[in-house]
Amino acid sequence: MARLNINGKNQDVQVEADTPLLWVIREHVGLTGTKYGCGVAQCGACSVHINGEVMRSCSIRVGDIKATDKIVTIEGLSPNSSHPVQKAWLALDVPQCGYCQSGQIMAAAALLKKKPKPTDADIDAAMTNICRCGTYQRIRAAVHLAAGNGNPARS
Amino acid sequence: MTKMISRKAGKLSRRAFVVGTAAAGGGLALGFHLPFGLDEAAAQNGGAELNAWAVIRPNDTVVIRIARSEMGQGTLTGLAQLVAEELECDWKKVSVERITPGQNLARKRVWGDMSTGGSRGIRSSEDYVRRAGAAARMMLLQAAANQWKVPVAELTVADGIITHAGSRRTTSYGKVAAAAAQLQAPDQKAITLKDPKNWKIAGKPMKRLDTADKLNGSKVYAIDVKLPGMLCAAIKDCPVYGGKLKSYDESKIAGRPGVKKVVRVKDTAVAVVADTWWRAKSALEALPIEWDAGENASVSSATIAAHLKEGLDASVTNGDRKNGDAIAAIASAAKKVEAVYSTPFLAHACMEPMNATVRISADKAEVWVPSQNYEASLASLSETSGVPLANCEAHRVDLGGGFGRRGGTQDYVQQAAIIGKEFPGVPVKMIWSREEDMAHDFYRPISQCAMSAGLDEQGNLIGLHVRSSGQSINAWLNPTAIRGGKDTRQLQGWYEEPGDAQLGYTVPNLLIEYVMRNTHVPVGPWRGVNTNQNAYYMEAFIEECARAAGKDSVEFRRALLKNHPKHLAVLNAVAEKGDWGKPLPQGVHRGIAQFMGYGSYVAATAEVSVSPQGKLKVHRMVLGIDCGHTVNPDQIAAQIEGSVVYGLSAALYGECPVENGRMTSLNFDTYQVLRIDEMPKVETVLVPSYDFWGGVGEPTICVVTPAVMNAIFAATGKPVRSLPLKHVKLV
Repeated sequence: MARLNINGKNQDVQVEADTPLLWVIREHVGLTGTKYGCGVAQCGACSVHINGEVMRSCSIRVGDIKATDKIVTIEGLSPNSSHPVQKAWLALDVPQCGYCQSGQIMAAAALLKKKPKPTDADIDAAMTNICRCGTYQRIRAAVHLAAGNGNPARS
Repeated sequence: MTKMISRKAGKLSRRAFVVGTAAAGGGLALGFHLPFGLDEAAAQNGGAELNAWAVIRPNDTVVIRIARSEMGQGTLTGLAQLVAEELECDWKKVSVERITPGQNLARKRVWGDMSTGGSRGIRSSEDYVRRAGAAARMMLLQAAANQWKVPVAELTVADGIITHAGSRRTTSYGKVAAAAAQLQAPDQKAITLKDPKNWKIAGKPMKRLDTADKLNGSKVYAIDVKLPGMLCAAIKDCPVYGGKLKSYDESKIAGRPGVKKVVRVKDTAVAVVADTWWRAKSALEALPIEWDAGENASVSSATIAAHLKEGLDASVTNGDRKNGDAIAAIASAAKKVEAVYSTPFLAHACMEPMNATVRISADKAEVWVPSQNYEASLASLSETSGVPLANCEAHRVDLGGGFGRRGGTQDYVQQAAIIGKEFPGVPVKMIWSREEDMAHDFYRPISQCAMSAGLDEQGNLIGLHVRSSGQSINAWLNPTAIRGGKDTRQLQGWYEEPGDAQLGYTVPNLLIEYVMRNTHVPVGPWRGVNTNQNAYYMEAFIEECARAAGKDSVEFRRALLKNHPKHLAVLNAVAEKGDWGKPLPQGVHRGIAQFMGYGSYVAATAEVSVSPQGKLKVHRMVLGIDCGHTVNPDQIAAQIEGSVVYGLSAALYGECPVENGRMTSLNFDTYQVLRIDEMPKVETVLVPSYDFWGGVGEPTICVVTPAVMNAIFAATGKPVRSLPLKHVKLV
């Protein structure tokens, strides 16, 4: 049994304490925008915000989450996809298959909160999520666009 | 990636599909009626079906049906653009509907082939989808002409608004659609397709139609499917290919929360079914399992390498191409160049792991699965469940990556169906862990390649001998394609024949040989598959030859490409955009490569530096493609950017080592892939020649590796002959 605060709502779930937060979010809470990609905190498809920090939910035990921790998933990032990162992603047609993009968007949103005007080096350091379609060039451009750094010329 | 037919998947039903494909206009007449098929759905919304591809609603919304799978490659948007272009509808009012294989069967395969591989999604559908758009437009105009009692030739149409200038009347597609749907479809001979140079919707960088729900978590992939009462399964297959499941001790997981059942799957795998996947997976981890590893238990990367190396000198070959006498020409040449190259097995590592959700009862079977071949999914479901094809359905979802893994080989559908049969009427979702996904792939084939060349006194290439020794995809998946021991599939990109994957170089004495050396490791198509290895071998070796001849890399290639103007044009375009011959910053070096695959001509330049510590940085790449017609330039650019990531991941890090008969790289910690910090700046050059239809998703990957390796050669003075690069000391 755990009490979680997800996207501003308290949720009680009947679950073993060692269950990864990812699977609680997906299977018990029923929010499937947060994805399973590796289970070992390598790929970042499971990224969520916990108290404003981007975290890899596949490698956090639900038992280690406090009822007061504020968890935000992709579904709770904004109403109507209105977050600047989501708007930039749409403007530049970033996603291909889209499977990793929830995590990419959550990572980008967390980065911009800390560094509203990130440099390329900041993006390299913060955006470590894997995309197998290879959308990195557009992710970089979209982070800059969301930051209001303009849209660096794309070929 | 053409014929993706599994030797493991359903034979009878699969043959039925092949027959259906072959019998032009025939297909399968199964008398199958879907209670909620597309006709009814369209009718419920008040839409009128002009033909199988286009439905128009009274509010002028246009629904375009899509048969091919969408896995990120943008085919869905491109196909809609092609239909809309001929239809002359308002692009802003276009939406799409993905048809299912059950619907396709029920309508005698009116949507044709659904398989999506080999970069064929657009190039092998373009004619009939454009014709469908044109036919619908003609019917709509005729309906307006009938209504107004004027000759149809006096009507014009733009953005779905029909105008009769003479009487100053206008109407919209939505208003005449119902009447138009009652008209006879025009004769195919009466349809004239537009000259692509006059396109307004196709050929333009339209935004993708499928982006919005990828931004807020609302898109449902197969792994996200939720059904009432659904159970979840985790599975482990024998880690040694060819091995078997010996035993497991179910008592050790008795009483674990949520666990419903342990299921033996065929004679090789075991699955745990529980109320959630995490409970199933953790119970499976706790389940003691004994494997019978079988005869492959001692196979390793080293034994496989030795097996392939032996093939480099073998007397029997399995597919040759020759002109002149390469052996003699090289033997008597003024200068000889020799090298042996190698590439490893590679996993696809789609971001969405393999999964399938089934619901099977005595008289009905359904599957929700990411698939590049939904008809193969349906066939596998039917054969494994025992439910007749007509009572099966494979629901359409978009894929979290495909890359050739989810084609004809529907192994996961078979597994899920075996598990699902144990729970009649209850939905069961089977998900592979990432480790299972990497342990049971159909890997890109492993190969080695011995190259030798002879140069004359002037440094001209007068003889070239290529001998590739490696595993055959056909031998694993499609043995009937091997005739008389010859398997030319592995020579992709080195063919003499024009059109698909032709070698652009003309060499007076040429011998290209393939020696089949199979292993116990499953192999299959992999984005770009054999062009990747073959372009690397050829282009890295041509670079060695150019340097031995003391010639400029581009000039040396230009001379060899003189008989193949399309290859040459793309090379020239890329050399120009890539600033070939112009100065570079201190420490930065350039490389170039060209090739052909999937009907398209491609080339790339790379600018790299190698630090004193031997660390590589790829700064900039310019890639060019002539794919004939360019349906969506922005999506072509997106595919090219992505192909750089797929190619560099393979070149720098990718390998699946084998120890004790099994894969040892089972997650992204060891199977490293490119991340954003190593992404070079990528520029795209489109060189359309407007007289053919080539593929886009795969062709450019193959030039990424040789362009980068040739740039490293320029930087270090040493060729790179073995991949991945992480094992190569650069300084």
